Amino acid sequence: MAISREDVLHVAALAQLELSEDEIVRLTEQLNDILAAVGKVSELDLSDVPPTSHPLSVVNVFRPDVARPSLPLDDAFANAPERDGDLFRVPPTGAAEESV
Amino acid sequence: MIDTLRLTAEEARALLERGDVSGAELRAAYREAIETRNEELNCFLTLVDGDGNDGVPIALKDVISTKGVRTTAGSKILEDYVPVFDSTVADRCKAAGLQLLGKTNTDEFAMGSSTENSAYGPSRNPWDPTRVPGGSGGGSAAAVSAGLAPWALGSDTGGSIKQPSALCGNVGLRPTYGTVSRYGIVAFASSLDQVGPVTKNVRDNALLYGIISGRDDCDSTTVEVPPVELPEAEDLKGLRVGVPKELNEAEGIAPGVAEAVRRAIDLCAELGAEVGECELPRSVEYGLPCYYLIAPAEASSNLARYDGVRYGLRVPADNYYEMVARTRDAGFGDEPKRRIMLGTYALSAGYYEAFYGKAQQVRTMIIREHAAVFDRFDLIVSATSPTVAFPIGERADDPLAMYAADLLTIPSNMAGLPGLSIPCGLSEGLPVGLQLVGRQLAENTLFRAGHALERAIGFDTVPERLR
Repeated sequence: MAISREDVLHVAALAQLELSEDEIVRLTEQLNDILAAVGKVSELDLSDVPPTSHPLSVVNVFRPDVARPSLPLDDAFANAPERDGDLFRVPPTGAAEESV
Repeated sequence: MIDTLRLTAEEARALLERGDVSGAELRAAYREAIETRNEELNCFLTLVDGDGNDGVPIALKDVISTKGVRTTAGSKILEDYVPVFDSTVADRCKAAGLQLLGKTNTDEFAMGSSTENSAYGPSRNPWDPTRVPGGSGGGSAAAVSAGLAPWALGSDTGGSIKQPSALCGNVGLRPTYGTVSRYGIVAFASSLDQVGPVTKNVRDNALLYGIISGRDDCDSTTVEVPPVELPEAEDLKGLRVGVPKELNEAEGIAPGVAEAVRRAIDLCAELGAEVGECELPRSVEYGLPCYYLIAPAEASSNLARYDGVRYGLRVPADNYYEMVARTRDAGFGDEPKRRIMLGTYALSAGYYEAFYGKAQQVRTMIIREHAAVFDRFDLIVSATSPTVAFPIGERADDPLAMYAADLLTIPSNMAGLPGLSIPCGLSEGLPVGLQLVGRQLAENTLFRAGHALERAIGFDTVPERLR
């Protein structure tokens, strides 16, 4: 189950990573090695074994639905790269749009 | 004169209570030790100049959010990030009067076994500065070992408390999943991450675990924790100790490590424990592959939040999508990228069942194998790390060799079980860690056994070159 350069580019796009040419080459090789090692799990026949997503059997933990103070706006924006009033400012999402 | 290399947290507390030293004097002693040795060891990423508390000092791994104190997770993407709230564990340390010395180095996002993946350079092992202190919590472990802090907190996903504690000659507890709140901890793999104490001895470990553990309304995965008992007993009478064949005979365990562990197992019997062999047929062989599918999958999801919008680094671009992709490329180092890629692949359409789905079933198998062993035994023992501390650079370019450092810590982590590493001797002049694993919520059993063994072993936790 070899991973191709195209697979790496596809996964990088899904993961929102812009990789350099060096990284693409290195990651293609390393992911192949790592997947060959971890692919070992597919040797096992576990068709009647349920999956575990969580090691404790805790379910549906409730607390009273009481309003509490939330983070003040200035705190929420304290680490923001760019603030615009009460909003986080980002570059335009559309390719051709002009920034306002 | 305060000897920070030898002073335990319990002793420090007694000195404070008797009025023999003030909190300020205690802090000054640790600051002096930090000034003397941190330049070589690179344990601290950020130092704190007094936080209003005057109790026993503590160091916190830099994945633990501290209000007003920079928290980097060892990453460039959080280089200037200053949390606006305290994690629950930082809050509980404060409430107990502990004064924060600073934040300790870690592999980036706690991904690694050596601290070589830190964006701020590796920490070094106080026993031999040419070697790694282990990871990811190598900064905390090296700081405690070198007398730069009486105790510290780490976080453990695949072995990041237990393994560095073993390599630096400390006592490290990875608590039962759910006993310590993850609120405010920089998330790596949420079904595995767990905060725990790194200390000079087992009693300190129990004391600190008592401070940080317990249910938290801010983390719905936390549970009620039985009252912590400070260990007193010096024997192991009535305890059944299992020696899992696969964990003790795994390929890659260095002969000197195996020998030190064998002596500790003999000691268990001498101290009155009933010792017997047992089996974890597939947990060791399949534990590592299972972990390296589940942890990266969860990491790829958790690290999606670093997008240059609300906090952290932003690399400017004309377009939003380019801004996000460039920010993540510039901000993440090699290991997080590798794991994000691996995890995204394992979760992607067409591969989900074969990789992630299968790994979750393997996890059930590992839980069942451990449950069967704990029908017959109260705890199981093995080495914590297959080797002693390895030279800096030796595994840096070989991800699979680095991943193998967690071979023996991962199986019980996958099962959510608590594990305590205590030093059990030296090999090649470097500490060897003994891993004790118990049933869920059986921390008191681990403390009791660890304390009795620690006293019988008589290991000197101060690195030979610093004595």
